[in-house]
Amino acid sequence: MTLTAVVGEIILWTVIVSLFGLTAGLFLLGIDRKIAAHMQARIGPRLRQPFIDIRKLLVKENIIPENAIPWLFNLAPVIALVSSLVILLYIPLGSLHSPLGMYGDLILVMYLLTIPALATVAGGFASGSPYATVGAQREMVTMIGYEFPLAIVVIAIAWRLWAAGVAHPFLLSTIAGNPVWGLVGPLGIVGVVLLLIVLAAVTPAELSRIPFDTQEAETELAGGLLVEYSGRNLALFSLTTAVKTLVLGALIVAVFFPWNLSSFVAMPAGIAQLADLVFFLFKVVLVMSVIVTLVRVGMARFRINQVVTVYWHTFALIGLVGLLLLMADSALAGVL
Amino acid sequence: MSGEKKAPYIVPIGPTHPALKEPVMFTFEMDGEQIREVDFAPGQVHRGIEWMGMRRNPVQIVHLTDRICGICGVSHTLAFSRAVEQVAEIEVPERADYIRTIIAEFERIQSHLLWAGVAAHELGFDSLLYLTWQVREQAMDVIENLTGNRVNYGIVQVGGVRRDIVPEQHKVIEDCLSAYEGVLSKLLDLFLHDRTIAMRCRDVGVLSKDDALKLCTVGPTARASGVNVDLRQDYPYCAYGDLEVRSILPDQYAGETRGDVYDRIVVRLLEVGQSCRIIRQCLSEMPPGEVTAEPKLAKLLAICKKASGEAIGRVEAPRGECFHYVLMAGKEAPHAWKVKASSYSNLMSWIPMLRGEQIADIPIIVASIDPCLSCTDRVAVVKGGLQSILSREDLHRLSVEKTRRLQQ
Repeated sequence: MTLTAVVGEIILWTVIVSLFGLTAGLFLLGIDRKIAAHMQARIGPRLRQPFIDIRKLLVKENIIPENAIPWLFNLAPVIALVSSLVILLYIPLGSLHSPLGMYGDLILVMYLLTIPALATVAGGFASGSPYATVGAQREMVTMIGYEFPLAIVVIAIAWRLWAAGVAHPFLLSTIAGNPVWGLVGPLGIVGVVLLLIVLAAVTPAELSRIPFDTQEAETELAGGLLVEYSGRNLALFSLTTAVKTLVLGALIVAVFFPWNLSSFVAMPAGIAQLADLVFFLFKVVLVMSVIVTLVRVGMARFRINQVVTVYWHTFALIGLVGLLLLMADSALAGVL
Repeated sequence: MSGEKKAPYIVPIGPTHPALKEPVMFTFEMDGEQIREVDFAPGQVHRGIEWMGMRRNPVQIVHLTDRICGICGVSHTLAFSRAVEQVAEIEVPERADYIRTIIAEFERIQSHLLWAGVAAHELGFDSLLYLTWQVREQAMDVIENLTGNRVNYGIVQVGGVRRDIVPEQHKVIEDCLSAYEGVLSKLLDLFLHDRTIAMRCRDVGVLSKDDALKLCTVGPTARASGVNVDLRQDYPYCAYGDLEVRSILPDQYAGETRGDVYDRIVVRLLEVGQSCRIIRQCLSEMPPGEVTAEPKLAKLLAICKKASGEAIGRVEAPRGECFHYVLMAGKEAPHAWKVKASSYSNLMSWIPMLRGEQIADIPIIVASIDPCLSCTDRVAVVKGGLQSILSREDLHRLSVEKTRRLQQ
């Protein structure tokens, strides 16, 4: 293939994956709201409510506060949305072709995940409101809190794959192609479960959901980071949340539940692709409704110092135990 | 967050803010996430109800008092009626006293449940908000069944009550009470044994017993700090003299009193159970008879018109003591009428509670005294740009001077 053909294909797939990511992400938000409503004995909005919200925000006035820094204030939501869409290009989405999957690995994804958060922090600081400033500080503290447990998970999984002799252990396609459950013994299974718990605990903070939504905390900071955002800019941030929801769901599925339907049941190639995609979305919905929706309806909001304590003490410890168990498992496998 | 110490910055919260259910203006002097100093300015929702009342007669005023507070609609009317009844020397039939007690206790149940839901919401625990408010609906239904209204009940009038409780309604009340006694243990479990709620409420917003006494706090706010005050026990009115009422203190549940937000939750939830017991006792002991001293309003008005003298009516509202002072001078309208809602006594306790706490705790601490600002607000007269702030010592001196004047 010539260079232009490669680039052309990447661009084509980028557009397809982005559109898919926006739609699926918004539906995920709708499903989250519907399930949460049912858990709270409410009816809840229609599944397509997030789409309606976005459309409404897009026609609303885009207000820039007087004491904001306009260029940064307007740039932040664009960066947030673009960077979260970029992550999507590296993650296997069921059978969907991941256009940049060959060019970046889990470490890159981990770094990319911080960009939308940093963009909201920049936007928060640029909006010149004390609520947004406090929210931005909290977001940074939260990031410092959850990055460490997240890193433990990434390193532990990749290290175990490397120890099992898999080439390119950090590549997401490798991780998805070699389910870690199959490589480890009973001790390792416990370790992997612990790592799954850690990743599940990091997800609500990445999406600023209860109990880790201190940066937006409606009752405390009136929306915190996003308090001054309205109209088109707020719509971009809402889309960012939608895409990030899909990204994190896809990440957990890729690392911990990568199986495809087509590998169990024989079917024609076209149908297999579709079935795998549907199965992938089903897994994402299932994972997200447990670790985001169920958690957020069942808990109160933490205080910011408690967020840090929870991540650095509890979940870092759980993660380290998981890592140690994986190492022990690998050592035992080497001996036997 | 580079760790360097910056000068304290100001975070304004209010007059309208999601943390506040009614307008009040807070100014926080922050040190990072920690509150260094706090000040608040009420007075955003003054409605001039006393002014309106002084142009109306007592029979009309009870409908105004119903509307002082949307939650404690019966407490204000009861306090006002009791003041007028004392001035006009109207004797309230015993059955009316029992009915007043039953309605007042139902009001306490729905008010405390409403508060519990708000508290859960302030903590970001919306599922619990939906649950408690769903449970609360049953009390609202019974109140509607008894009075005809969900809010602004319009049942208490000077000299008695407007409606009797007929035997068919006993079953409705009984059903509700047994439902509550069943669900209360579940609510206690959800609120008091949930780890996240305990993390957010234990040792947060502490009000020491000393401060509680010094600031003259009332109601659950005072009781949660270990002050044994409850008008129903200390100064029984209506049917409370005949009933078993002991004030609920947090050490009865947890064995200790810390005076924090958690203790305020304990006190309010236990009071729901207490109210259920009081209503049940009222139902079984309710004597037969008339429900009003004077059913003809014109005649009642004539009695009120002739009355002259002053009196105070005190009622233990869900939030604490509700106090009405009425001075009648032989005219149709009262010569003076002063309302002191319970929140008026409790607002000052915000200052020691909030100092040194974190931003995250502001909503729950502010909500923990169950503030009712539109009932409390006063009009502030600023003449020629001059303002004066009276400290506790000034107020004490003024009250001593007034007592001396009265003694002469």
